[in-house]
Amino acid sequence: MMDKTIVELHEELKSGKVTSDELVQESLKKSHEVQEKCNAFVTILDDAKGTEVTDDLLSGIPFGIKDNYSTKGILSTGSSNTLKDYVPFFTATAIENLTKHGCVPVNKTAMDEFGMGGTGTTGHTGVQKNPWDTSRMCAGSSSGSAAAVAAGVYPFATGSDTGDSIRKPAAFCGIVGYKPTYGMISRYGLFAFASSLDTCGVLTRSVEDAAIVVDAMKGIDPKDMTSWDSSNINLYKDLSKDVKGKKLFYIKEIVDKNNYKNLPKETEEHLDNFMKTIDKVKELGIEVEEVSINQDLLNAIASTYVVISCAEATSNMSNLTGFSFGPRGEGSTYQEQMKDHRTKGFSSLIKRRFVIGSYVLQAVNQDKYFKNAQRARRLIVDAIKEQFKKYDGLILPVGTGPATKLDNHDMVSDDELTVLDEHLQIGNFGGFPSITIPNGFVDGLPVGINITGNCYDDQNVLNIAYALESSMDYKNQIAKEVK
Amino acid sequence: MSKYYATIGLEMHCEGSLTNSKVFSPSKNEYTELPNCNVTPIDMGFPGVLPVANKECVRMSIMMANILHARIPEYMYWERKNYYYPDLPKGYQITQNPPEECVGNGGYIDIEREDGSTFRVEIDNLHLEEDAAQLTHLYDTSTINYNRAGNPLFELVTGPCLHSADDAVSFLEYMRAIYQYCGISEADSKKGHLRCDVNVSISEDPDKLGTKVEIKNVNSFSSVRDAINYEIERQSDLKDEGRYDEEVVQETRRWDEESQTTKSMRSKVDAIDYKYFVEPNIPKIKLDKKWVDEIIASTPELPYERKAKYMNDLGLSSYDATIIIKDIKIATYFEKCVELGVDAKTAANWICTQILGYCYKEEKEIDEIYLTPERLAQITSAIKDGRISSKQGKELFALTLEREEEPEAIMEAEGMKQLSDDSELIKIVTEILDRSEAQIADYKGGKTNIIGYFVGQVMQATKGQANPGKVNQILKEELSKR
Repeated sequence: MMDKTIVELHEELKSGKVTSDELVQESLKKSHEVQEKCNAFVTILDDAKGTEVTDDLLSGIPFGIKDNYSTKGILSTGSSNTLKDYVPFFTATAIENLTKHGCVPVNKTAMDEFGMGGTGTTGHTGVQKNPWDTSRMCAGSSSGSAAAVAAGVYPFATGSDTGDSIRKPAAFCGIVGYKPTYGMISRYGLFAFASSLDTCGVLTRSVEDAAIVVDAMKGIDPKDMTSWDSSNINLYKDLSKDVKGKKLFYIKEIVDKNNYKNLPKETEEHLDNFMKTIDKVKELGIEVEEVSINQDLLNAIASTYVVISCAEATSNMSNLTGFSFGPRGEGSTYQEQMKDHRTKGFSSLIKRRFVIGSYVLQAVNQDKYFKNAQRARRLIVDAIKEQFKKYDGLILPVGTGPATKLDNHDMVSDDELTVLDEHLQIGNFGGFPSITIPNGFVDGLPVGINITGNCYDDQNVLNIAYALESSMDYKNQIAKEVK
Repeated sequence: MSKYYATIGLEMHCEGSLTNSKVFSPSKNEYTELPNCNVTPIDMGFPGVLPVANKECVRMSIMMANILHARIPEYMYWERKNYYYPDLPKGYQITQNPPEECVGNGGYIDIEREDGSTFRVEIDNLHLEEDAAQLTHLYDTSTINYNRAGNPLFELVTGPCLHSADDAVSFLEYMRAIYQYCGISEADSKKGHLRCDVNVSISEDPDKLGTKVEIKNVNSFSSVRDAINYEIERQSDLKDEGRYDEEVVQETRRWDEESQTTKSMRSKVDAIDYKYFVEPNIPKIKLDKKWVDEIIASTPELPYERKAKYMNDLGLSSYDATIIIKDIKIATYFEKCVELGVDAKTAANWICTQILGYCYKEEKEIDEIYLTPERLAQITSAIKDGRISSKQGKELFALTLEREEEPEAIMEAEGMKQLSDDSELIKIVTEILDRSEAQIADYKGGKTNIIGYFVGQVMQATKGQANPGKVNQILKEELSKR
C-alpha cells in the first residue's frame, strides 16, 4: 500500500478500504525493514497512531521527518553526537503546519551531520545505503529521507537543502526532490547550517505529491523574518501540464561533452540521457536553448559555496557548547568543557569546515575570502537572473551520473567535473525554486534531471516538471534492488 | 591634577527596560529577582531558533539617533559578533556594525556643566543590539540567569572628545535623563541598566593623542569618575617616571571596585577577532521615511528644554532646575506638585532639600516614598493658609513619613494648628504685657529688639501654635497703646 501516491492513499482511506492505523502500522513495519537494509533512521516512532481521516488529502497518511527538524518530545539529533540525547520542547513551524493536516510522523530520518556532507556517510548513527544498491550511497544530506521514500516506507519525507541536499539524493534514489523558493517554508525549528542558503523542502515519488506537501508546509511565519506570504500560491490546485510555449535553457559549458577531456563512461551516458530528455521536453512544445555562461563564473560556484556555507555554519553552530543542552564536556574551566564537548561531538568533516569558516571570517582574511564569495554569489545569481528574463527555467542534469559507490566516496572527484557535480548550488545562491525528477537509468541505476526557475515562480517550475514527468516512465517508482 | 592633557572616550550601554518584549524574541522584558523565568528557546539559543526584530526597539533607537543629531540610515541592518562565552547562548551577539550601518552614525550633543558653561560631545555611533545572559560567580561554581539574555541594549560610542572625569559624568548623567524622558529605559543602575566602557589617554600636546587604554565594565557613574581619575594619574605617574612608552600599552583593563584601581585584562595582541558578518536571518529593513518623521515628531520634551521652562516660566533657580531635571521621577514629582497648586519655588525648595535628603538617607526613589505630591500639597497648603507654621510644617513632613499617615489626620491628632484669631491673640498678648512692666519700659526706651522676648512668651503660652506674623503685628499695636 505504501507504494501509492497521496491521492491514491486518500481515496483508499476515504472509501474505508484501509484505516489510518493500518497505514501507520505498515509504514512502521517497512521502516524496520529499511532500517535493517539502509540504516535510514535515527528514530522509529513505534508508538505512532493513525489519525482521523478528513477531506484533507494528507489526513491519516504516514510520513518521515529529517532529523534536523525540531520535534517537541521527540529525539532530534541532526545526526550529531553533540545532540545525541536532545529532546526539544518546541516543534518546527513546517512540521506543525504539516501535522495540522492530519498526517502522521512515523520516523526521524538520518542525514549527514547537521546537513553538512552530501554523502549520507557522516551522521552519528552511521552510513545510509542506497535502496537500489546497498553498496552505493544515497548522497546527502537528506539521505535517510531519500532512501525511505524510494524504498516505499511512505509517500513523502521532509528534507532540507543548503547546496543540493534534497535534489541530489532524490536523483541518486530515483525520486522527486523539491526545494521551493527561499522563505516559502518557514525555517523556524530547522537546525541551521548556512542560514542564507538553508531551505526546507520535500522528497516524494511524484511532482503532484511534492505540490500537495509543500502547499501544507509553506506559509508566512511571524517567527521567521525571511518567510513571505504565499497564500495566493496553490501549487496542487494549479498544477497543469499545459506548458506549450514555455522556454528553458541549459548551460553549454556544463552539458557539452566536448567540454570534458576525461569523461567517465557513466557520466557520458548520463549526459546522453540528458539530451534525450531534452528531446522529450521539446516534444511537449517547450522551447529549449543552449546558453553559454562565463566559465570562470561557473568555476567559482563550488568555492563560493564552501566559503559562504562554512562561514555561516561555524557561527550557527557556536551554540553547541554542551552547557544548556547536549552532553556536558569534561574539564575544570568552561573553556575546557566547551572544547571537550565540541572535540568529542563533531565529526572530522565538520571540524574541517569550522576551521575554513573561521579562517575566511577573520578580519585579515574576510575581504579576500568571505566578501569576495558574497560578490561572486551576486555575480552568479545576476547572470542566471539575466537568463530568467528570457526563459522560464534552467534545465540541467543532476550530478555526474548515478549513485557513487560507498567505498570510493573519499576519492577526490575530477576537477573538470566539479561544475557538473555542484551546479545545483546556484539554486541556493539565488533562493530559486528547484526540482529534481528521475529521468532514466544508467547502469541500471536511476539518474535525475533538474529544473530551476526564478524566485516565486514555483508554479511554473512544478508545471514543467509535472508535464515532463508524465512524458516519461519514472513517476512513482519504488527502488528495486539491482545488485 | 595631572599636568598632562587627558582625552576620554566613552561607550555607554543602556538597557531598554521599557519595551514589553526582548529585542529579538517575544520573551517578557522585565526586571525580576527570580532567575530564568523570562526565557524562551530563542534566548537560550536552542537549535533552530530565529531572531525577529522588535519594531518598538527600532522606534526607540531612531528617536535616540535623532536626539544625537546622528545620520539615520535607509535600512536597519544587523551583523553577528562571534565569540565564545558562557553568557552568550548562541555563541554570537546580534549587533550593528560597521558604524556607517548603525541606526545612528556620527552626530553630537551639547552638555551643560553645573557652572552654566557648555561643551560638545561628538558621537561616533549609536547601535541597537542584544544583551547577554547574567553570570554569577560563586565560590566554586557559576550560575547563568537568562532573563537578561536578549534584552534590548542601546550602545552609544563617543569620539575621543572629553577631557575630564567631571565632563564625562555630566554627559552620562544627561544621557541617562534622556533615556528616561523618552520612555526607553528606567536607566536604573541598581537594576544593571547602565554599563560603561571608558577609554583614557594622556598627552603633553593637546593635538596629539597618547596611547589609548580601555577600561571595561564600569558600572556606576561614580566608578566612571574614579576610574578615569585613577587612570589619568597612573599614566601621568608613569610618564613622569619615564616609563610611559614601555608600560602604557594599548590594552583592555578593568575597574576593580575593591582596590579602587584598574587592572590589566588583555593587551591588544590578544584582542578578540569578532569575525563580524551579516546576520542572515534578518533581512535589511527599509525604514519608511514617514514613520521616521513621525518618530522624530513624537520626541518628548527633553531635560534641557524642561530646565529652561522651569527657570523662565516658573522662576526656579538654575541650581534647583538642574537638580530637578536630572531624573525624570523627580521632574514628574515636581510637575505634579505644581499641577496640584503648590507654588513652584516652594515645591522646588521642599524637593531639593527635605525630600531628596530623605530619599538619599533611606536609599529610596522619589516615587517610592509615602509622601506623594498630593500629601506634600496638603502640608504646603496648610502652611500657606496659615493653619500651621512653617516650623510645624517641617514636623508634619517628618511625622508623615515616619507614621505613613495622611498629613491632615496627623495635624488633627497632634492638635497642630496655628492661632490666627485676632481677639484670642489680643487677649493673650494683653495678659503677657500686663505682667511685663520692666520689659515694656525697655522697649519704650528704644530696645525694640526686645519684641522677640514677647513673641517667645506668646509662643510658650500657645504651645507654638500662634501665627508669628500676627503676633508681631498685634504686639506692635498693643505696645504702642501703652
